[in-house]
Amino acid sequence: MTDFVTPQKMAEMIPSGCKLGLAPDDYAAAPGLVRMLIDRGIRDLHVVCAPIGGMQVDMLIGAGAVATLETSAVSLGEAGGAPCFSRAVRDGSIRLRDATCPAVFAGLTAAEKGVPFMPIRGIIGSDVLKRRDDWKVVSNPFDDGEKIVVVSAIQPDIALFHAPEADRFGNVRLGRRREVMLLAHASKQAFVTVERISEVSLLEDEKMAAGVLPAIYVSAVAQLKNGGWPTGLYAEYPRDGQEVEKYARAARSPEGFQAYIRGSRSAA
Amino acid sequence: MSEPCTSRELMIYTISRLLKGVRHVAVGQSSPMPAAGAMLLRALNERDGLERVQVSILGSVKHNSFTGGAEELFDCAAQGRLDAFFLGGGQIDGQGNVNLVGTGDYPNNPVRWPGSFGSAYLYFLVPRVILFREEHSLRSLVERVDFVSAPGVTDETVYRRGGPHALLTNAALFSFKREAGRFRLESTHPGYDWRDIRGTTGFVYDNEQCEVTTPSPDEATLALIRGRIREELRECYPQFAGNMPGPG
Repeated sequence: MTDFVTPQKMAEMIPSGCKLGLAPDDYAAAPGLVRMLIDRGIRDLHVVCAPIGGMQVDMLIGAGAVATLETSAVSLGEAGGAPCFSRAVRDGSIRLRDATCPAVFAGLTAAEKGVPFMPIRGIIGSDVLKRRDDWKVVSNPFDDGEKIVVVSAIQPDIALFHAPEADRFGNVRLGRRREVMLLAHASKQAFVTVERISEVSLLEDEKMAAGVLPAIYVSAVAQLKNGGWPTGLYAEYPRDGQEVEKYARAARSPEGFQAYIRGSRSAA
Repeated sequence: MSEPCTSRELMIYTISRLLKGVRHVAVGQSSPMPAAGAMLLRALNERDGLERVQVSILGSVKHNSFTGGAEELFDCAAQGRLDAFFLGGGQIDGQGNVNLVGTGDYPNNPVRWPGSFGSAYLYFLVPRVILFREEHSLRSLVERVDFVSAPGVTDETVYRRGGPHALLTNAALFSFKREAGRFRLESTHPGYDWRDIRGTTGFVYDNEQCEVTTPSPDEATLALIRGRIREELRECYPQFAGNMPGPG
């Protein structure tokens, strides 16, 4: 059963210390709800970026909410590097698990299928591999002469993302954003903020059904209009480039970051 | 007379030349010039009645036909359905190693860049990986990278059908010789000669005293960049497109 809750309630349902899977900016990031997590003082998160992070992840790091970060990159796109992330790397205030995008997907796919690991091409010879004790090089069991990387399953406790639409049964339309579908399948629970809630089942329209995440996976839905602002929601609205620039400038210093968070509290 | 070709337009045109013959080219996030180069090849092939080019721009709604999510690009690459891709790199070294992570010691790098993205994988699987780094300097083109996001060469026990094809900067174009594991200077851009390149490149390479100048686009191609390509870029790169010269 999917719970329909307020955004505030959803923010309270995400505990400190959990392994939190997040979608990329511009696709299905949920910066609106992430702001509420920051306001309520969430701590010690193990954030899994599926597969990269942006402004919402940088904000969580700046707010001191992240203990471990598993990601293939953190960037603000056209607005440049992620300032709080860079600072935290220098300070050593987060535990870093650098990855490469398809390895994150492979780990999530393993969790989705309920198997302990997944093989993946490439990666051998990179320093990314050297730094990961949860990735190993093995011999292909069908061809001893070939070496291949296996990555262990990645199962977030909670996947949090923003989507265009849910129906009142808890089904969520993701359309082409199937990496978000994968993230939801792999995670123990999915919490979703949406622009709209439909009275009609999204599964009724055969043309749409294949792009719908069934309620089986969805633990909670909250309507949060513009919940993808300022980084955008795929095929619904673009990023607010000026706002992201404003953030990028402010967050260059810890004081500027704090001022930005205080100043934008009412908007969240 | 229109405004003369800018450095960026020369690089966009050069990228389109490096892509000649590909059927499917993909472009990652935060890569406006590679996106423009791929779009230009598509437009030129259309104009000249040549083979249709599939361009997949990550982050685009209009210029991306993947329906399988972000993983589909990687699956395509593993199956040999992707001919070309681009990698940047805060540091690139003479063996074709790419560093997208940062300078100094990992994990507390004093200068940290976004991260490795898909490089550690795509570099092995995409036949024509074009290294694109606008800044041509001793700090970007180094003898040895501080962190290997993706290695340039690999021994035979590892499956590999892809790797570096060329390195393009705002000053020169290199090819990569896989057997030798070295770059070769192919041309210098207008305004630079081989001595400039030697002085600003931190690694050794072949054909040091190269006298070839990188060709510039003709008027019709330049008009295409300033018209159609600039418009196509707007969706994903509004700021970049806004800073490009417009038509006429």
